[in-house]
Amino acid sequence: MALAKIELPHEARRGEVIEVRIVIQHPMETGFRRDAAGGRIPRNAIHSLVCRYDGAEVFRATLSTGIAANPYLSFFTRARGSGEVVFSWIDDDEVRDSARARLVVAD
Amino acid sequence: MRRRRLLAALGATFALPLRVVAQPANTHVDPIDPLIWSIAQGRSVRPGRVKLELPRIAETGHSVAMTVAVASPMTEADHVTAIHLIAEKNPVREMASFYIGPHAGRAEVSSRIRLNGTQRIVAIAELSDGTLWSAAADIEVMQAACTDGG
Repeated sequence: MALAKIELPHEARRGEVIEVRIVIQHPMETGFRRDAAGGRIPRNAIHSLVCRYDGAEVFRATLSTGIAANPYLSFFTRARGSGEVVFSWIDDDEVRDSARARLVVAD
Repeated sequence: MRRRRLLAALGATFALPLRVVAQPANTHVDPIDPLIWSIAQGRSVRPGRVKLELPRIAETGHSVAMTVAVASPMTEADHVTAIHLIAEKNPVREMASFYIGPHAGRAEVSSRIRLNGTQRIVAIAELSDGTLWSAAADIEVMQAACTDGG
């Protein structure tokens, strides 16, 4: 289980455009680094990520090793109602992971 | 006869700049670059509407803050569908593609990127009407990432 932190506004008004931010603990290995013994550390980066809000996709990304280690992403979405914000991603080792947070929307 | 030749020469001199004005060349992208082709599929990429924010100088290329924003009303009828980021001097040039829609409300994405040295970053936005727009930003990187232990 990877560590990830999602940041949402504490409370949003319905219809408000809000910023959604996430940081995921992941090395985003480039495949160019070598370990202490001189062996090549294989490439392992999160290559696909999706964010669903209340079940509907609001953001999708394909990433490469050009994204820094512990990838940070921020985007905007319109608050439609209280619901779960769920991020899911997969890396080059085919490891899938996810993180979730609840968005509270006042009427 | 001489006058006619002179007129033809004059015409040729003015015809070229006129064509340049009619279709401004995009200096950000090379349309026959396979990576650009894979995004644009032969459509023209016009400069404008995209704002790419990067520091002008970065101490290291390991983690550089980047924000890309597109001027768009983000309505059902007129919105940004995708934003592609290209690093011209990275071993992997395609850094990321972000897919958004009218529900975003605002066409702006931020991340932290890894750079293998001083280079130009290009952002290409794809709109719901099928048009493509671009911006470029030059960044000087003191210490590169990627190939030297980053």
